[in-house]
Amino acid sequence: MNKKKITRYSGQDKALLTIGYILLGLFVIAIIVPMVYIIVASFMDPITLQNKGITFDFSKWTATAYERVMTNGQIWIGFKNAVIYSVVFTVVSVVVTLLAAYPLSRADFRGKGFFNVIFIITMFFGGGLIPTYLVVSNLGLVDSMWAVILPGAFSVWNMTIARTYYRGIPQELREAADVDGASELTFFFKILLPVCTPVIAVLVLWQFVAMWNSYFDAMIYLNDSAKQPLQLVLRSILIQNQPESGMIADMQSTAARAQLAELLKYATIIISSLPLLIMYPFFQKYFDSGIMAGAVKG
Amino acid sequence: MTMNSKTVSNVKQGGKGTGLHNSLVYIRQHWQLYVIFMMPALLLTLIFKYAPMSGILIAFQDYNPFKGVSGSEWVGLKHFTRFLSSPDFMRYLVNTLKLSVYSLLWGFPVPIILALLLNRIQSAGIKKKIQLVLYLPNFVSVIVLCGIVRIFLSVTGPVNLLMGTDINFMTMPEAFRSIYIISGIWQGAGWASIMYTASLSNASQELREAAVMDGANILQQIRAVEWPAIKDMVVIQFILQAGNIMSIGFEKAYALQTDLNLPASEIIATYVYRKGLIDGDYSFSTAVGLFNTVINVILLLVVNKIVAKMNDGQGI
Repeated sequence: MNKKKITRYSGQDKALLTIGYILLGLFVIAIIVPMVYIIVASFMDPITLQNKGITFDFSKWTATAYERVMTNGQIWIGFKNAVIYSVVFTVVSVVVTLLAAYPLSRADFRGKGFFNVIFIITMFFGGGLIPTYLVVSNLGLVDSMWAVILPGAFSVWNMTIARTYYRGIPQELREAADVDGASELTFFFKILLPVCTPVIAVLVLWQFVAMWNSYFDAMIYLNDSAKQPLQLVLRSILIQNQPESGMIADMQSTAARAQLAELLKYATIIISSLPLLIMYPFFQKYFDSGIMAGAVKG
Repeated sequence: MTMNSKTVSNVKQGGKGTGLHNSLVYIRQHWQLYVIFMMPALLLTLIFKYAPMSGILIAFQDYNPFKGVSGSEWVGLKHFTRFLSSPDFMRYLVNTLKLSVYSLLWGFPVPIILALLLNRIQSAGIKKKIQLVLYLPNFVSVIVLCGIVRIFLSVTGPVNLLMGTDINFMTMPEAFRSIYIISGIWQGAGWASIMYTASLSNASQELREAAVMDGANILQQIRAVEWPAIKDMVVIQFILQAGNIMSIGFEKAYALQTDLNLPASEIIATYVYRKGLIDGDYSFSTAVGLFNTVINVILLLVVNKIVAKMNDGQGI
């Protein structure tokens, strides 16, 4: 792109821009400072943390919080479950969504109106919490991972995004496939999907992050602690103030236990958030193209 | 391609070229589209979306899980009257509305402003780095976000250390909404700005150059160049968010609730959960949920009408 940079701002414009950039800068700082604070705090010892907050005196830094959190079994069970649920959910959800979007993207598909109505109604109207719970429970899915995976696996919104993207694919591809006598499946998997990488990447990222970060379905459907995903383990540590028993049991006084529990929260936040925060920049290049694909009205 | 015997038998030989006949021929030829492509989504939708809709019936019963829908006693609108006439109703409705309306009013402009500012940054490298930071909080989970909020605002937390005070923010009903909204902007504004940033990349470059040539100042440029590029997106986003005012999420409100801030933090979604799954009052909870859904649908239709009127007949 040859963007001509004509930047002759007037005094008033400069003032406006400066204010704008200061606000933007403040926003960036407001994001970075808490994150840095949490990282540093996770290396403190419990007493310093409670009395003085953080120090940048590296000689006093310690990794005890990490040792305690990482030697705790429940965190790893949570991690393992979160990985399984997120991967399975992402695969099921993206496959079902991509499949359903294909016929609906075709002008000649019979019954398009019918399917559209069926799907769109669910975006506005639903049975609500208890009726859904009863259906899942009647299917015998309570305490099964499918209870957190299947109910939300087909997203009409994501389907619309994929459909819009398919429609942007040149018609010639389709015609070439017809000439070659390719079946619908061959065309879909061999020709269509390979040119849809941006939208697939975005859907994969969205669904993975959504499942990884959610806790509600797991909270209502999974009672067995061996099946709980990471977010539920985090919930008991961070929200309910109930650190896993092994983490602080050796401390003598209640006060010492409370201080330690507070410190462990910081290390827990770091350990649990790191995987996604590391993963996400690799997807950044798909954000604009993929998200725009969905943002355009279908 | 194997033939689906059922559809084959449905297509009688020598049929006239009726619409139905054409459809059947089409379905036979393209059976894969129905059986392989549509079936999974359709089944999931029927089982997990439509089957629960029939479960709404229990809102009009005194539902007993052991007797099922057919065995439970019908009570008409009892649960609706009970909810609508209870003093809690107004409080939870107001809490829900205040939380989401204020979230919308404070939160909606922020991503637009962020995108307009990002768009002014000339250096692509700096812009990319800032975006990397702005998007980051979106990947923090609700639980971790609320955990951070609770730690920072606790009596011994950094905010109180910094101010030299010992205020317990999490127990103050009057602080709940500010906490909810500010943390929401912190987490979501950067991510939401992507849509506008992407729309802005479609802004006409010639128009911009012409505007600059004419000596338009920044505000005039925004009105002539940037606003037309993002206007549709702003309208769509506003309809979507305004229409969802009553369906404000359960997860975050619940994770920020404490016994003491409940007067402000109990919203309809958390109330439905508490009554239904904690207290086991299935019918009442379903009635409250249904009430909420119906209001939401009405809101969505109304908002869409209003926007369509303002936007030259173009709704969503």
